Amino acid sequence: MEKLSFRHATRTALPGTRASAITGVVASGNLEVLLERNLAPDACRVEIDTAIAGYGAVWAAVVADFVARRQPGGLTITINDGGARPDTVSLRLAQGARLMEMP
Amino acid sequence: MDFKPVSLSTSPLDQSWYEASARARLAGLLDADTFQEFIGPEQRMMSPHLPLFDLPRAFDDGMIVGRGLLEERPVLIAAQEGRFMGGAFGEIHGAKLVGLLRAALAVKPAAVLILFDTGGVRLQEANAGETAIAEIMRAITQVRTAGIPVIGLIGGRAGCYGGGGLIAGTCARLVISEGGRLSVSGPEVIETNRGAEEFDSRDRALVWRTMGGKHRRLIGAADAFVDDTIGAFRKAVLAAIPAAPSFDLATLEAEQARLEARLDRFGDARDATEIWGGLGIADPAAVPGLTTEGFDALLARLPEEPHHAR
Repeated sequence: MEKLSFRHATRTALPGTRASAITGVVASGNLEVLLERNLAPDACRVEIDTAIAGYGAVWAAVVADFVARRQPGGLTITINDGGARPDTVSLRLAQGARLMEMP
Repeated sequence: MDFKPVSLSTSPLDQSWYEASARARLAGLLDADTFQEFIGPEQRMMSPHLPLFDLPRAFDDGMIVGRGLLEERPVLIAAQEGRFMGGAFGEIHGAKLVGLLRAALAVKPAAVLILFDTGGVRLQEANAGETAIAEIMRAITQVRTAGIPVIGLIGGRAGCYGGGGLIAGTCARLVISEGGRLSVSGPEVIETNRGAEEFDSRDRALVWRTMGGKHRRLIGAADAFVDDTIGAFRKAVLAAIPAAPSFDLATLEAEQARLEARLDRFGDARDATEIWGGLGIADPAAVPGLTTEGFDALLARLPEEPHHAR
């Protein structure tokens, strides 16, 4: 297991008012993403617990790409990873952000 | 078997139970937007044991519990996520279900629904998991004694095996689909212990006709056989709740007599098809290919009413 933590500043807050959302399942090649709206509107924190060690640079790139695209200001995002590929991670992060924007 | 085309409907009721996540099953089964979770993922009630084995944890430990409405009547409900560690029972996973059942004694819901999807006990926390199985079975008997039906639903990827099969045996009614399998020892376990001559776990047809939904319905281990949609499960649960037997000495004695008679009659059968033939089915080999409508028609034509469990 490896723990990773990333902090980003965003230009805006993620729209919506939902306090929390979860998507995905911890399974082989899959991950669960828990999103909680509990930070300052221009801050985003991503905490990752992954079964596969040694891919910190890939995680950093995927998270930075997500933050740049979605501007998830105000969110703490916590991930339990079962060895998902980067495209699956991007998809789950996008699904999670969408859930938080829904009424 | 005639396959239905993939549904293009976006209604939750039309989605495949087998393919759905535990959360999607809960949301679709209950009246829309009525599910309220107890000990949700944000509380991070996770397994204390998995980190010792360097294994990833899940925020809900693969067990989602809460309350909701079913045709406006309050129910307590639990769902296992079969894709996380095979839906296996660990300490937290089991304790959440025990707590839900004990809560039922206080809040007296119209029913408790258990959405099984499990391979049994999680080996990494086996003692806690085995204890949980016993506590859950005990709690179910208490809930049923209080007059609250406990209904099991089986149609997930992991089936309902090991301790999950034992728990299912204590439910008042069981609803099962083609994809659902119900047993205690799974195919691989039997093959490992007794050899491939006894049970070839790679023979999928053998697995399904021995442990699958149709066989379980025919021998009275399950009470309803349904299509693999969330809507079909919902309809069957609504029918099962009022049909649940009372839990008393007369019910238990009748169940014991039923099981003894079944063993006497079919104990020497070498294959499920022999049992189906013995039940009066003219073409047992055709049973696995029947649609749900065809299977229901077959049940109605049988010389004797199929048994109801418990």
